[in-house]
Amino acid sequence: MKILRYATMLVFILASIRIITGASDLTSTGTASAALLLSVPIVLAALGGLFSERAGVVNIGLEGMMIMGAWAGGYIGSQHGPWAGLFGAVVFGSLGALVHAIATVTFGVDHVVSGVAINIIAAGLVRYLSTLLYQGGSWPGPSQSPGIETISLNGLPILSGGQYFGWKSPDLLGFIANLNWFFISDFAAIVRGLTGDVSYVTIVAISFVPLAYFILWRTAFGLRLRSAGEAPTAAESLGVNVYAMKYAGVLISGGLAGLGGGFLAIVAASNYQENQVAGRGYIGLAALLFGNYRPGGLLAGAGLFGFADALQLRDSTAIHALLLFIVVILAFVAFRKFKAAKHVSAALSLGSAAFTLWFYFAVDELPGQLVTMTPYIATILVMALASQRLRMPAADGMPYRRGGLR
Amino acid sequence: MSNLLTRKLSPSKVGLAIAAPLAAAIFSLVVSSIAVIVSKKSPVEAFKTMWEYGTEAGSLMEIINTATPYYIAAIAIAVTFRAGLFNIGVEGQLRLGALFSCYIGAMFVLPPVLHVAAVFIVAMTFGGLWAAIAAYLKVKRGVNEVISTIMLNSLAGGLSAYLLSKHFALIEEGSNNLQTKQLPASAQVPDLMPLLRKLGVQDQPGGGVYGMFFVAVALGFIFWFVVNRTRFGFELRASGLNPIAARVSGVNSKKMTFIALVISGAIAGLSGLPEVLGQTHSYNLGFRAGIGFSAIAVALLGRNSAGGMAISALLFGFLEVSSRSLELIDIAPETYVIMQGSILLSSVVAYEVVRRFKLTLQSNELAKVVQA
Amino acid sequence: MSVAVELRHISKRFPGVIANKDVSLKVETGTVHALVGENGAGKSTVMKILYGMQRPDSGEILVNGQVVNFKTPNDAIDAGIGMVHQHFMLADNFTVLENIILGSEPQHGGTIDFTSARKKVVEMAEQYGLDIDPDVLVEELGVGQRQRVEILKVLFRGARILIFDEPTAVLVPQEVDDLFQALEGLRAQGMALIFISHKLDEVLRVADQVTVVRQGSTVAEVKSKDVTARQLAELMVGSELPKPSTLGHTRREEITLSLKGVSVPTTTGSRDLLANISFDLHAGEVIGIAGVEGNGQAELVEAIMGLRDYTGSIQFNGSSIDELSVADRHDLGIGLIPEDRQRQSLMMNSPLWENRILGHQRSKPVMRGFVIDKKATIESTRTIMDEFDVRAPGPDTLAAALSGGNQQKFIVGREMSKAPALLVASHPTRGVDVGAQGAIWDVLRKAREKGMAIVLISADLEELIGMSDRLLVMLRGAITAELDPAKTTPEQLGSAMTGAA
Repeated sequence: MKILRYATMLVFILASIRIITGASDLTSTGTASAALLLSVPIVLAALGGLFSERAGVVNIGLEGMMIMGAWAGGYIGSQHGPWAGLFGAVVFGSLGALVHAIATVTFGVDHVVSGVAINIIAAGLVRYLSTLLYQGGSWPGPSQSPGIETISLNGLPILSGGQYFGWKSPDLLGFIANLNWFFISDFAAIVRGLTGDVSYVTIVAISFVPLAYFILWRTAFGLRLRSAGEAPTAAESLGVNVYAMKYAGVLISGGLAGLGGGFLAIVAASNYQENQVAGRGYIGLAALLFGNYRPGGLLAGAGLFGFADALQLRDSTAIHALLLFIVVILAFVAFRKFKAAKHVSAALSLGSAAFTLWFYFAVDELPGQLVTMTPYIATILVMALASQRLRMPAADGMPYRRGGLR
Repeated sequence: MSNLLTRKLSPSKVGLAIAAPLAAAIFSLVVSSIAVIVSKKSPVEAFKTMWEYGTEAGSLMEIINTATPYYIAAIAIAVTFRAGLFNIGVEGQLRLGALFSCYIGAMFVLPPVLHVAAVFIVAMTFGGLWAAIAAYLKVKRGVNEVISTIMLNSLAGGLSAYLLSKHFALIEEGSNNLQTKQLPASAQVPDLMPLLRKLGVQDQPGGGVYGMFFVAVALGFIFWFVVNRTRFGFELRASGLNPIAARVSGVNSKKMTFIALVISGAIAGLSGLPEVLGQTHSYNLGFRAGIGFSAIAVALLGRNSAGGMAISALLFGFLEVSSRSLELIDIAPETYVIMQGSILLSSVVAYEVVRRFKLTLQSNELAKVVQA
Repeated sequence: MSVAVELRHISKRFPGVIANKDVSLKVETGTVHALVGENGAGKSTVMKILYGMQRPDSGEILVNGQVVNFKTPNDAIDAGIGMVHQHFMLADNFTVLENIILGSEPQHGGTIDFTSARKKVVEMAEQYGLDIDPDVLVEELGVGQRQRVEILKVLFRGARILIFDEPTAVLVPQEVDDLFQALEGLRAQGMALIFISHKLDEVLRVADQVTVVRQGSTVAEVKSKDVTARQLAELMVGSELPKPSTLGHTRREEITLSLKGVSVPTTTGSRDLLANISFDLHAGEVIGIAGVEGNGQAELVEAIMGLRDYTGSIQFNGSSIDELSVADRHDLGIGLIPEDRQRQSLMMNSPLWENRILGHQRSKPVMRGFVIDKKATIESTRTIMDEFDVRAPGPDTLAAALSGGNQQKFIVGREMSKAPALLVASHPTRGVDVGAQGAIWDVLRKAREKGMAIVLISADLEELIGMSDRLLVMLRGAITAELDPAKTTPEQLGSAMTGAA
């Protein structure tokens, strides 16, 4: 399987860099765990984008819907427990999506304009609501909710120390990871991170990816939803209710984005804080584009961005070491371009690789403020390198009116 | 002549022109009232308080000062909107513009007007450069400029924080605030009080009107003229209205995309300056955040036209300033966010509805002509 | 034989235009019934009403003797009516199978039952001789194959009454034969087939009955064996048909346009988009480019206008223009009437006077330096509207409010206003009513007399033969034949276009 081959190559490179730089965080269990955790909101946002865009509605407002979800997660979660909080997050995200759907599908407002407006409005709205609650005395601060209970974690039995009915199973992978053997331990550490101490919500969220594939490509509903984004007039002529499909796509996307926001507040953190979402809605969109509007691809993209996100939270030397990783990638890209006779691109990539290498040696430690920028830089880099050959749904972003144009 | 007048100001034309803003205003009044009622207060009292406070001389000056950066940033955004692009990165561009212009501007001394001009140029350069990154990515790699400019916003935030704390700031004794070296007097834009005093306006405790108000007005005129009356402006608009037809008519779309984004960044760079040149005279941690996002709302509300955006900027300024008085009657000042949000949403929808209505109206008119 | 479907006194009005006024139609089972009329006569609207995509303002529809009321296409589909659209309604990114079952998906426990669907489609395809591979993406199919998918779509839903909207518009003669064979098969099975066309010879070949529609109303219902194409044409127009024709030789010495070895290499597929095109065009001459759509005509236009890179050389009035940009070529005096007016040469939501500037934003009278001269532009727009009979309230009218014919007249007028030395006219009368068509031919005729060189690309064989001084046939990106229009019939031209001759 191609995926396994790429994954192995990746781990090999990372393991090598770890040995060279001593940045153990690159392949540690903790990082892998955090990467999984942080990729969930991005996956959810990207899935949200998938449903919306496949139905033909561009949804820039994912960020705003995530914000509403995060806030709702904080508000309801602190009062009624985490699961209720997650449910509330879905509902609030969908409410934001409803506004977007009405504006774009019923009134024909430009999709990007509506999305941007929703982001602005959502940010303001939750700030207003938070202030009210703070003034009312139920919130500790004007921009943060009271704490929320945690949802329990679990892991695979035997391999990753999962707990089942009170029995704590052995932790084989953890054991191997601690042996510090080149590559084998790295591989084990990463797998351990991905399969141990995982929140139930994470499992549910990740399972949405194959579920999305199933719904969109194997059910009548999914076929009709996709037809609304590919050929709405054709769909209408066959009796498909295109408006309903678009609404469905947008509402589902809001629910998913809301869930992602709720996840940030409830699982990744333990309360709601202003600016918690920090652009992850947009990163989710980037993951969707990276994955070329397919579930498998967006999962890979989200994993990539989750990894970048996780690293910056842990050890700044790891980010520093990541520079070497970028050097390797750029060199690889340069090689590919050279083989494809694209000499200018190859030269550019090689030049960037050289510059990054110099930068690595020139700077001992990356300053804190720049380290937090990792996910954003990663997004831009990924989009710049992987942006060609996108296969967008054919009628994505186009205003649709019953009976054809006009 | 009178025929022209009646055609330009016919009841239906005027009606259509105010229909959308009116509908938006009503909608947002209703929503805001609901928000006030939810906090168990009277909407009428709230609006009255806001109006009284907002129309005081001191407040009016503050409103103009608040609106000035919004207006300039909105113009920057409108340049791209008209071309069918979305420069959401204004926030980052103006921040870097302000930071670098303060840092570099404090390095030397020039005669007053020249110094200010130099500061302007630095701000525009850095804003433009930052936007050029997104422009290059879009033109060469097809990267969606919405996402790239938003990422660049966050990057600008981190970059400016880093530069300020590690390189650009002067350490002050006993102060937690980091700031760049004060701009010398020659780089400060004087406020307009002397002029206003001549007009009989009293001095106010909060200070005067930023001198950059004139810059904003001038920019407005330039924007209107260039977009509506020049070839470049026409090609810009054509690229937004029908990119394929624009290309067929001879517009180089890649060049246009690049130029529009860079110009937008340059203008955005200016929008961080009013406060910096008129009041604080340096860039510090307290630099006002969020101008870029409010400006997007202003541009949308003002439909990307010079006049519309001016009114919107003043409206937003009014809401922001006057809502401070709400605290006196125990209402959260953040209510203005609800007002701004509801206006934005309703106007965006209302414009679309009115546009479609206008089209139907014209088709019917056409039918009458054809039958005749 | 019973009456499968009947329309009685159907009327329909749209903002600005009366599409149908008192249209009546009676179609029997096991027959092919043709509906003919000129562009804009109202045929498409009637069919949309029959298919449930539009609702009539008044009148009745009867299916198998029962009055029906269609609110959506679903209702029509349920009643056994299927429409094979002129502009194919297919999702390129879906497979043939997905396109066919969309909206009527067979299910199995919540999921789509692809297996049984595939089986049914393959069976049907064999039964009616409509070969197709169900798992291919539609974007990879050719035109004839796409049409087969459209037909299978309606058959899959159990249609017994099929409507074909201008089905042969984009087919080559061989594909037309295949289609007519399929129609025979369907008729033999007792289906009622409605065939909308303006190609009268084909109509007479395949139809049993013909209904003629003119200006929104039914004007005649005849048996095809009782009538000639000429008579039908006159019924359609109500008077003498305008003929596209050019009189005399107006060709001059100077060579306006010269192409040598112009090629556009392929990026993906098998053959070059343009292969070694060479020809000379003199002033006062019209060169007609014939060919089935997709054989390089669009690329040729783009190469001449500078919208596409090419190898080889193009010379205009003796000097090379290869290095010049699109804008520069406009300035030099090359005008363009593009194929798709709404997409390529109009800003629909802008007033006509702003559209006047499009394509001319570097020349007088529209410009004064780099500033727009609004007064002069509005004046010029008014002049164009008068001279070219563009029916609209004024220069302030939004382009979207005009009918197709008026939009095209405006575009022609706009290009003519700077008196270009070379005009590239790509399908200049497509989708335009007969009146506007005649007017545009007049304009081209007069321009030719004054010395304009014209490259005319069209799918209308009569137009090509009537208006051209020379004819070139393009196939697979290359010029495969040069014909003398005075000695060529439409049939001969059609064969040459497919490489049969």
